[in-house]
Amino acid sequence: MSEHIVLPEGSIEKQTTTLNLGPTHPATHGVFQNILELDGERIMEATSTVGYIHRAFEKIAERRPLYQITPLTDRLNYCSSPINNMGWHLTCEKLLGVSIPKRVDYLRIIIMELARISDHLICNSIVGVDSGAYSGFLYLMQYRELIYEIYEEVCGSRLTTNIGRIGGFERNFTNTAFEKLEKFLEEYPKQLKEFENLFTRNRIFMDRTIGCGPITAERAMNYGFTGPNLRAAGVDYDVRVHTPYSSYEDLDFKIPVGKTGDCYDRYLVRNEEMWESLSIIRQAWQKVQEFKGTEAEVFHADAPAYYLPEKKDVYTKMEALIYHFKIVMGETDIPAGEVYSSVEGANGELGFYLISDGGRTPYRLHFRRPCFIYYQAYPELIKGGMLSDAVITMSSLNLIAGELDA
Amino acid sequence: MALTNQIIQDRLTQKFGDQVTNFQEPYGMLTFSAPKEDNLKVLQFLFDDEQLGFQFLTDLQAVHYPDSKGAELAVVYHLHNLKENVRIRFKVYTDINTPDVFSATALFQAANFMERETYDFYGVNFVGHPNLIRILNVDEMDYFPMRKEFPLEDQTRIDKDDEMFGR
Repeated sequence: MSEHIVLPEGSIEKQTTTLNLGPTHPATHGVFQNILELDGERIMEATSTVGYIHRAFEKIAERRPLYQITPLTDRLNYCSSPINNMGWHLTCEKLLGVSIPKRVDYLRIIIMELARISDHLICNSIVGVDSGAYSGFLYLMQYRELIYEIYEEVCGSRLTTNIGRIGGFERNFTNTAFEKLEKFLEEYPKQLKEFENLFTRNRIFMDRTIGCGPITAERAMNYGFTGPNLRAAGVDYDVRVHTPYSSYEDLDFKIPVGKTGDCYDRYLVRNEEMWESLSIIRQAWQKVQEFKGTEAEVFHADAPAYYLPEKKDVYTKMEALIYHFKIVMGETDIPAGEVYSSVEGANGELGFYLISDGGRTPYRLHFRRPCFIYYQAYPELIKGGMLSDAVITMSSLNLIAGELDA
Repeated sequence: MALTNQIIQDRLTQKFGDQVTNFQEPYGMLTFSAPKEDNLKVLQFLFDDEQLGFQFLTDLQAVHYPDSKGAELAVVYHLHNLKENVRIRFKVYTDINTPDVFSATALFQAANFMERETYDFYGVNFVGHPNLIRILNVDEMDYFPMRKEFPLEDQTRIDKDDEMFGR
């Protein structure tokens, strides 16, 4: 028998209202709980509780060979799983010392930037939905569908992609994938332009978001913000530029920065990043097309001990059979070492801290999840504001429960 | 002048003498350790010093080494100097029976959740933390699940006994 709920002393006389925003609430887009102390509609106090979908990925990873950890990373920020997958592959490649062909790098950039677009478009259109403008969401959502079709063409799955392998991709991109990519590059800018026309200078949207949930650059840095949320506060930190990975240094792009760090600036930064991502994809696609002859067929590195050989080779070649067996059974020992590698995830710096003691699995693997780190600023951002502002602040921070809880 | 690992190492040894030890550079990232009593002094120095300026806490986590007696738990800080774009890794080791380490929350707000997570999984007791309670696991849990004495799978299972591969 559960105990009777006893109201705290003075709870009837008290002037404020306690409200549970979450764990399951339509406005939170995920499993978060925030216990708010409200004076009328104004938030006096906020306490956040996390951990509702904790799945112990770090513990699970301690028993899995490297390639089996990729599906775990899918489930961190599931709006842009390819970036997580690539981040993990890059970490492994750094530890193993595998050098990646340029074509693979550019293909990876295309996939990562598509993922960034799909993540940002969700976030921005959800800010619209939460502030009462539903149509923008529908305009952009169909292009997420097209992005997912491209993933599907490359790896066979859509949301939790498990895309690529250590060393490259599991197969070369098909022509259909490239056709879909071209279709996307042609049609998406128009739609994004229309989306911007609906929102960016919309008086209601501006009144709703300007000055809502602001943070200064100093506070944001102290809170460990990264990604668009930090850039909206005016700090031009982007892992793609600071520590270039996967040949980002070959491409030319800008880092958009905001000023006030409020919802409107976060919206603007994300939108601008989508334009930059489009330009990055075009450049990378251009570079991919420049490869001729056998180079145009390269889709993985030469890392036989870690890259699963092609099935027809497994049946006909002894060496491929041995590697296949060793990889599938997880019998390949990984070199001892400790490595920190990070990529610019859609929400910020997604870091992987991997310690290997020379066994077949990581000794310790830690995910630096940007959401988890900047979510602690949420009570500070919403304190003193209205309840409805708390909702759009949450969506404009782009909190993803999967990334929060790992 | 660009900030190099050598400069950081020199500044640290100049300030703390032989208290900071074990300088290494795995994959280019300067790694060192200090006694756990000095962790805040080192972090504060790295934060305040004009030349160093490590003012961004990228990550904080613990590692459990059950075999190294007296220093079973390592608390690892990843720090970043955003201006010079240099990262370093700083470790303090602590005994598992008295896992008291000073909290870095006064220096970095970001350390709040990270230290709670580290406490939650490894039981590192961060002295001075404003709200050191479990974060991802249930409050009723009475052990620290990421420690190595808790194997992932139930070891009493017999249906998975595999003589060929020893798992």
